[in-house]
Amino acid sequence: MRFDSLLASVGHTPLVGLPRLSPSSDVRIWAKLEDRNPTGSVKDRAALNMILDAEAQGLLTPGCTLLEPTSGNTGISLAMVAKQRGYKLICVMPENTSAERTQLLTMWGATIITSPAAGGSNEAVRVAKGLAAENPDWVMLYQYGNAANAQAHYDSTGPELLADLPEITHFVAGLGTTGTLMGVGRYFRDHKPDVQIVAAEPRYGELVYGLRNLDEGFIPELYDASLLSSRFSVGPLDALKRTRELLEVEGIFAGISTGAILHAALGEARKAVQAGISADIAFIVCDGGWKYLSTGAYEGTLEEAEARIEGQLWA
Amino acid sequence: MAIEVRVPTILREYTGGAKVVSAEGATLQSAFDNLEANYPGIGGRLIDDSGLRRFINVYLNDEDVRFLDGLNTVIADQDTITILPAVAGG
Repeated sequence: MRFDSLLASVGHTPLVGLPRLSPSSDVRIWAKLEDRNPTGSVKDRAALNMILDAEAQGLLTPGCTLLEPTSGNTGISLAMVAKQRGYKLICVMPENTSAERTQLLTMWGATIITSPAAGGSNEAVRVAKGLAAENPDWVMLYQYGNAANAQAHYDSTGPELLADLPEITHFVAGLGTTGTLMGVGRYFRDHKPDVQIVAAEPRYGELVYGLRNLDEGFIPELYDASLLSSRFSVGPLDALKRTRELLEVEGIFAGISTGAILHAALGEARKAVQAGISADIAFIVCDGGWKYLSTGAYEGTLEEAEARIEGQLWA
Repeated sequence: MAIEVRVPTILREYTGGAKVVSAEGATLQSAFDNLEANYPGIGGRLIDDSGLRRFINVYLNDEDVRFLDGLNTVIADQDTITILPAVAGG
């Protein structure tokens, strides 16, 4: 495949079957390899589209500064796109994310401002909103509420899935900004409404939920529950177990959030087998495992790995 | 019928610091009523006039009850309910 530039190559990712993890010849699981994007994660789609959309709206001028709260992948994607398009980027990132994320962001030229670990991304959002108010000339694309985030998946991820797997019955993805699920969910509602849209939400350690009060909870502005069929909370042990299973059984080296998504996909597969119906279940491989090597997620027993990622934002 | 309820840090002031408590009931609503009887005050933090509070997520065996039958979701012996505040991802 040939493209005019790196940015033009975003998306067009392979959909690969998982013959050994699929429970039967009638219930099949398919992995959408989003780690094959330029910076190695699904977030390249949203980052590129948010910047192109802001340019089209006249919000960005050459050399201007972007600001974004991010636990990592969106920041890395934005840094890559911003560098190509001539913008500066400041990321507000919780301090409890992997070391590789900081290294990658710095490599692509972003400046990092850390937010406290307690409260996770909620804190990053709060800090970023404060900075945006103090610096009116900075542009915050704000992935949690930017329609261009979900639209990227309506325009690309959804159509790619339907073209590669016309018989698709389930789509399973992670719930963070909700952009992937909202965009793909809306696409299938318009083009194949019987497809089940299933959310897998990472359940972190207690530190991340350390809000001062419940009014500080956060629901992304993009979130529309009516687009989802079901939503599962997946803890670190299940996520790690599936991440390793994907590597050992199918040879796919993915990050920990992908394990959480696979766990939900396998749950749907089990239900289809029990109901005696056929199913083609596609799920998102969000990123590769490279950025998580320092967390120790792939070494020792599952319990040891779980202890090592306790308190980390692993998705 | 005993079910296990996992309580988030922010609500443990009502459970004497306990992370996991047990509750009884045939539905989520009756289990929450039972929780309120044993840990006065906690019910109002979970439910308001419109149902489950906006920033509270409740999972029955890891599935979000808003996609089941909400407060009318039927629960069975040995089930686990996890209560979590809504937080940002991404």
